[in-house]
Amino acid sequence: MYPENFRYTKEHEWVSVEGGVGTIGITHHAQGELGDIVYVDLPRAGTVVAQGKTLGSVESVKAVSDVYSPVSGEILEVNELLTNSPEKLNEDPHGAAWLVKLHLSAPDELLHLLSSADYQIYVGEKA
Amino acid sequence: MSQIPALKTTPLNAVHRRMNAKMVDFGGWDMPVQYSGILDEHHTVRNAVGVFDVSHMGEIEVRGPDALNLVDYISSNDASRLKIGQAHYSGLLYEHGGFVDDILVHKVDDDHFFICVNASNQQKDFDHIVRMNNMKAKVEFASDRYAQIAIQGPKALDTLQKMTATPLASIKYYHFTDCEVAGAWARIARTGYTGEDGFEIYIAPDEASGIWDKILEAGAEFGIKPCGLGARNTLRLESKMALYGHEIDASINPLEADLGWIVKFDKDGFVGKAALEKQKADGLSRKLIGFEMTGRGIGRDGYEVWLDGKPAGFVTSGGPSPTLNKNIGLCYLPLEAAEVGRTIQIMIRNQPVDAVTVPTPFYRRAK
Repeated sequence: MYPENFRYTKEHEWVSVEGGVGTIGITHHAQGELGDIVYVDLPRAGTVVAQGKTLGSVESVKAVSDVYSPVSGEILEVNELLTNSPEKLNEDPHGAAWLVKLHLSAPDELLHLLSSADYQIYVGEKA
Repeated sequence: MSQIPALKTTPLNAVHRRMNAKMVDFGGWDMPVQYSGILDEHHTVRNAVGVFDVSHMGEIEVRGPDALNLVDYISSNDASRLKIGQAHYSGLLYEHGGFVDDILVHKVDDDHFFICVNASNQQKDFDHIVRMNNMKAKVEFASDRYAQIAIQGPKALDTLQKMTATPLASIKYYHFTDCEVAGAWARIARTGYTGEDGFEIYIAPDEASGIWDKILEAGAEFGIKPCGLGARNTLRLESKMALYGHEIDASINPLEADLGWIVKFDKDGFVGKAALEKQKADGLSRKLIGFEMTGRGIGRDGYEVWLDGKPAGFVTSGGPSPTLNKNIGLCYLPLEAAEVGRTIQIMIRNQPVDAVTVPTPFYRRAK
């Protein structure tokens, strides 16, 4: 369920890194807690975000939840799929429904994030 | 050390937990917000049938030779027009015209009225009615005697009919009857808070879980689903039914809330009448109106509404409309602006996003 090569936050975001580019999303646990997702608000490409600061927001039928960036960097690409199909976040949060790709400005930040095993213990989804 | 008070529970609490509902603190009650998902439950009620535990709602009974006199005095609608077995929506008002609560008044007999009130207001409502009882009516706090289950949707009648010999089609809208359901006593009212046809049944608390299971069994062939308060809210918003603490509260009167039809000025004195007559003569300063987002974003409860570049009010309820696939809401606007077709802005995270005022209800079922 939670890919080994991702790193996770206690705020339920994930990041996977390849060649200095991080892909960011929210976790399966987060989408389950939110319920039906109906709207996603993300920054434009070119925006610089800092670790732990608001990246955007995800709205379910009932509520608005902020998404915090797991790492610092400059946004390279925003997932256009979510503009018209926010429900994909419920269906494939670790795959097709990624939120943004960014150029990592401080790769060391990854060291402070949770591993897949630690995240699953944190959310109580592992014996 | 102060202690956090335990959440109140309905007789169906264990059932919700067994069925893996997502539970939330709803005004001090441990209630299911959703089962299969708000959107799925919403569509199920619009297209088939859904069942809701609404046992947190309160009941107050008024009895005795003065029962009608007291109800007519405390309630803004005209209870003298009710026939036995008929119910209506009404306002329980303060002298200044604001809402103590919105209520459903059922006439059980000439000397017996049964009033359904909001969960979080029940003690306040009871105290208010007792305070206003300068007659000899007997006012009973009856919430502990009833559980309440709502069966709502186009297949509600077919579902419930399988559980009772009473011909349900003969119960007209906003009428009720006392009869047997699955072998137990029940008060069946053709009322609801979803905008669909359906029933709200009042039963003894210890019968609740048995009847709940039998409703699910009876409705299985129609695709019945248990529904939570999340869908209840999206359904009532599309139908523009008021929610206490949102569209109405002590600072808002029925004329402002576009509920003038529950105020019967032609009847003798009732609590709030003088204030409302003055308000009517002086003219309203604000009125409730519906809006639809035209820009990208969802206007939600409490968000600021701007008009001509200035703050003009707040969203009372807002969110996605699953039936219309639009983002809708209700808000108060100054009277002169509370008309259909006005462009307004909803402040969403400090950004003004365009919306337009529209006719309500947003959704009306085909008759």
